[in-house]
Amino acid sequence: MQATVWGCRGSLATPGPGTVRYGGNTSCVELRLDDGTVLILDAGTGIRPLGLELPEAPEPIHLLLTHLHLDHLEGLGFFLPVWNANNEVHIWGPPSPVRSLDQRIARYLSPPLFPIRLGDLPARVVFHDVPREPWKIGGARIEAAPVAHRGPTVGYRIEGDGAVLAYIPDHEPALGADLAELKPDWISGIAVAQGANLLFHDAQYSEDEYATRIGWGHSSVAHTVTFARRADVERLALFHHDPMHADDDLEALEARARDLWGAAGEPPTLAREGTTVAVATGVTTA
Amino acid sequence: MHERRQKNLVLIVAREFASRLATATFIADADGNLVFYNEPAEDLLGRTFAEAGEMSAAEWAGVFAVEDLDGSPLPLERIPAGIALLERRPVHRDVRVTGLDGVRRKISVTAFPLLARADELVGVVAIFWEAQSG
Repeated sequence: MQATVWGCRGSLATPGPGTVRYGGNTSCVELRLDDGTVLILDAGTGIRPLGLELPEAPEPIHLLLTHLHLDHLEGLGFFLPVWNANNEVHIWGPPSPVRSLDQRIARYLSPPLFPIRLGDLPARVVFHDVPREPWKIGGARIEAAPVAHRGPTVGYRIEGDGAVLAYIPDHEPALGADLAELKPDWISGIAVAQGANLLFHDAQYSEDEYATRIGWGHSSVAHTVTFARRADVERLALFHHDPMHADDDLEALEARARDLWGAAGEPPTLAREGTTVAVATGVTTA
Repeated sequence: MHERRQKNLVLIVAREFASRLATATFIADADGNLVFYNEPAEDLLGRTFAEAGEMSAAEWAGVFAVEDLDGSPLPLERIPAGIALLERRPVHRDVRVTGLDGVRRKISVTAFPLLARADELVGVVAIFWEAQSG
């Protein structure tokens, strides 16, 4: 199983000279399994260049949304496969007690916020609330579980090819809690991340920044490291980079994460747009 | 590797919320197991949660002797938290509770079910306070 990062910026796309090393596109990760199964995680602006790379009329496309904040959805209208009538696109997302997934997505993909109505997309688009129990798509076993963030939000655990990837790009497990002291079963998201070979996890803020952003739904780098340690993950990729952080700022956060991580195991790394990682081994191949 | 177990997120958030309230709050999971009560509740139940720990519905319904105002013992299905759990509806009533400190108190209780989805009960919350004697 290989993961390609098409966007790892949080909150707002951030192009420019200060973000060329880690990228400015918002959340989107492509997963490819050995059997050809392709899963797309989130539809931030990174999904636009991904769509250009997908072959025409492929197998059904499966897009797994963690939640519907714009930085995870705003690329959907620019994802080429939804404009091809030969394509079938399955969109999975967190349920809401009030409105269906398509009704909620249509609030953005409709005038006046977007010129085209969601229902007018040429592709056959099928919407699914994520099931409560694990399910399979191709060779992947997928598990979605609610995590602490504002509004209905899930994290994904994807198992395939003998490896486990956990994806929790927006997460504030430390809200009102001491992650180091909590019993593990009281930690938001831990069942998704437990023992993963690779965890993509929110690390938007420095510890100082977090102090003034409590309750905004994101983690400090210290919380992220503590969460990953409590979950016994093999490798941690810091994700959802703050739009106010230039590359040098991100590298300072990475250094802090490595200090906190300690000597054991592979040190945390920054997710970097354009890289492909083998989930089982962590080898960067491109 | 640890077993992959986690409380439902609604319970996690409810516990963090309750731990910051000055109102006595009691939380049980979908099976009725007591999973948390906060410090104000400790004063009324007569023991810290750290000492009491998690316990099954049958245990806590027995440990905290709950009676109606006439002194008749109330089974789980007539205790507010039990009603919220079994009938999935909010309920309010006054009861008498003998805490683990042996003190018998008149308590007002409001209990309500926690529904993560319309058909998914994940637990119950009971808030309570000492009522005026009478």
